[in-house]
Amino acid sequence: MLQIEQIRQWIPHAFKGQPADYIEVRIEEREASRIQYRGRELEETGLSTSLGGNVRALVNGGWGFVSFNELEGLKEKVELAVKQARLVGKEVSSFAPVAPVVDMVEPEGKKDPTTIPLAQKKNLLDEYNEIIWSTPKIQTSVITYGDGAKKIIFANSEGSHIEQTKMDVSLRIAVITRENGDVQQATLSLGSSGDFGFMQGLHHQVKETAQRAVALLSAPHFKGGEYTVVLDPVLAGVFAHEAFGHLSESDFVYENERLKDIMVLGRRFSGEHLNIVDGATIPGFRGSYKYDDEGVPATKTYLIREGVLVGRLHSRETAAKMGEEPTGNARALDYRHPPIVRMTNTFIEPREVSFDEMIADIREGVYVKNWYGGMTSMEMFTFSAGEAYMIRDGRVAELLRPVVLTGNVFVTLGNIDAIGNDLQMNQGGGCGKGAQSPLPVSNGSPHIRIRKCLVGGR
Amino acid sequence: MERVLELAKKAAEEAEVFLASVTETPVGFEANRLKRLETRESSSLSLRIIKEGKIGFATTTKLSDPQALVEMAVETAQFGVEARFALPSQQAYPQVEVYDPEVEAVPIEDMVELGDSLMAKVRDHTPELVCEAGVAKSVGRVRILNSRGGEASYQKSFFTIALEGTLIRDTDMLFVGEVESSCQPITDLTALTDTVIQQLELAKNTASVSSGQLPVVFTPRGVRSAFLSPLALAFNGRMVVQGASPLVGREGKQLFDNRFSLWDDATIAYRPASRPCDDEGVPSQKTALIEKGIVANFLYDLQTAALASARSTGNGSRGRGGMPSPSVSALVIEEGDMPFEEMIRDMKEGLVVEQLIGAEQGNILGGEFSGNVLLGYKVERGEVVGRVKDTMVSGNIYHALRELSAIGREAKWVGSVIRTPALYCPKLAVASKG
Repeated sequence: MLQIEQIRQWIPHAFKGQPADYIEVRIEEREASRIQYRGRELEETGLSTSLGGNVRALVNGGWGFVSFNELEGLKEKVELAVKQARLVGKEVSSFAPVAPVVDMVEPEGKKDPTTIPLAQKKNLLDEYNEIIWSTPKIQTSVITYGDGAKKIIFANSEGSHIEQTKMDVSLRIAVITRENGDVQQATLSLGSSGDFGFMQGLHHQVKETAQRAVALLSAPHFKGGEYTVVLDPVLAGVFAHEAFGHLSESDFVYENERLKDIMVLGRRFSGEHLNIVDGATIPGFRGSYKYDDEGVPATKTYLIREGVLVGRLHSRETAAKMGEEPTGNARALDYRHPPIVRMTNTFIEPREVSFDEMIADIREGVYVKNWYGGMTSMEMFTFSAGEAYMIRDGRVAELLRPVVLTGNVFVTLGNIDAIGNDLQMNQGGGCGKGAQSPLPVSNGSPHIRIRKCLVGGR
Repeated sequence: MERVLELAKKAAEEAEVFLASVTETPVGFEANRLKRLETRESSSLSLRIIKEGKIGFATTTKLSDPQALVEMAVETAQFGVEARFALPSQQAYPQVEVYDPEVEAVPIEDMVELGDSLMAKVRDHTPELVCEAGVAKSVGRVRILNSRGGEASYQKSFFTIALEGTLIRDTDMLFVGEVESSCQPITDLTALTDTVIQQLELAKNTASVSSGQLPVVFTPRGVRSAFLSPLALAFNGRMVVQGASPLVGREGKQLFDNRFSLWDDATIAYRPASRPCDDEGVPSQKTALIEKGIVANFLYDLQTAALASARSTGNGSRGRGGMPSPSVSALVIEEGDMPFEEMIRDMKEGLVVEQLIGAEQGNILGGEFSGNVLLGYKVERGEVVGRVKDTMVSGNIYHALRELSAIGREAKWVGSVIRTPALYCPKLAVASKG
């Protein structure tokens, strides 16, 4: 069986003489570990290694894609991808020009999780689990830790050859409480682009999560309806990602004339205080990288500036089709998938309003914190809060059962009437699109206030 | 595989090797036309060992280095959980038809033709509809070997057709869609196109419902989006042994409507979720979960069954090469007696839900669902008057399914995981904007 180092020299040969507009090869080698606790006991420890790759070819606007685990026979795989693309292609390929890049990218010096012994990881998780189980009324808990490092070789028929090493580490803790047949849960979710330090020193947060799961058992049910809602930085970041970020992914837009009309650059979506940005060049976050999976250098892109739509996220194909510049947002979950347009680090820029000012004049409203999940269908979005409190007469009041917020993007962006001064990035999420989930991303925002937001309850 | 087993047996008391490989050929359509052809080949080898009574686990796609795989499994075993089960020795497996050689033989040109004619039929009804479609075939092989002489292997074929249509008018977006899958080639598009055209018809106008408690009919797709996850979780043996399922200790109790029956079945011929044995080599079976409203059984793999002093129900599944854990195969909800049209005629003011989004984000373990109606219709005096928007439906399955107004007469598969009729709930919380 071929090793990843051996494949390097074969790639240029495999491209030679192929009748295609564009061909690329991506080879990945990954090692990963996973530790899961359920209840008091460790349930699973597993190690995995993988080696695989793919070939993607473009001919006359049509794509062919071949993925594999066996690296032998690369030339035949390229031929198959080109043959597939020829069968599909019936027009002229649109593919934005990008200067070829030859580069080797090594991760920055940080606490590489893959070098830390399994025993040390387990000891840390034992400490967290002990904190959870010292809290009364706990029914069970789930702790899932995972880390991985992968080496990626990318090369294309234009002469690019990029080798990158990427790392990721994530931790999710769910605490489940039960009383009289009623089951509640609270979660904590964190991640980093490969720094184990982010997983350490969370004792206080773990304790709070466990206590909240207990408190939810006696929290009142919430009466659904329209409220003034204040979102904490985590949930506001999810809002930016779900409600607007996905709409900015050009693969939804580029072949849909009507959607193009809606997402026309220059259209006003909100007041002048709103700026929404996406960028993989902002260093140190889970969505950060130097080159995307088409070998395009990463950028920082304003999606909304002063309330007006000014940009969107592109692959080379969508950029060419829309006559815009590529933004380096084509990402693939792994070698089994072709790259598609994805977000990286998405956030709302901070403004001036303090949290106290924001809630001061709310007579009855809802303060929502922490993300539990989110989903969008472009026009409609929903996202669920991990924590929710009533706001009464300008003060944060009682804890509520979990709530789900929903709305129409176009209306809701216009209903944001205050943006805080306390930007925080959240690294706990993974983004799903098509069959490619979870892709490491980060979201962030300061506190924001939305008028007339629909909140679901019972 | 034999080599891995041999090496593992030297390093540990018990060992089990699992090899899965699959070749998929998807054809993708975007913006009403053919966009890409793909071939995806993958294979992975997993090793589970029991060493000094503890479980070790490792998996790899590098099939040629058995020694490295064994070493990784041994490394994890020192921290592993105590094994409470014995691996199955040689078993008699049921005859479950999941392989049809015709699938592999379907020419790419025919798949392209299927996608094209599917899009053409629905766009014949609504020319402005922008369609994405996918037609895919695949063939997979599974082989399991263990140190107790257990051995199982089977082949499975899979064929699927999916359509998603988007209709945009100003900033109003309508999403319609349907998916059909089988272990045999699909050639008849009638059911798919009928469903999508019906969605387009019912959604022609928009309407708004009032907030409050309203009767709600969930179509089969609606049932999947609201009820599948909480049900699958509640009957999962893992949740049960942890005491996290609200159904723990309530076997034999009438918790659901007395016409409501639910079972899990991995033995239905040519269904994608079917198989002769699970991923631990335990024979597949049909397991009653709810019998006429009464909680009957839970779904177990080997380890959770041992912890619950029960027997594995053949529900040990591995998500992409992971450790086995209990998971539903295919849930089936028994048909009732009311035709869909009659449910609609029965409502003075009510809602039909085709799809909720975000329903699975809440406290699903507690049975709660709360989602935005992505596709749903308002009913007024027994007639669908239009599609609703900016509307949320919330509830808890343990209330919603306790007393149903009716269960639909015709069941259908939604994807490969659930076959269900429409369910008619007398009252659910509906919150609406405007």
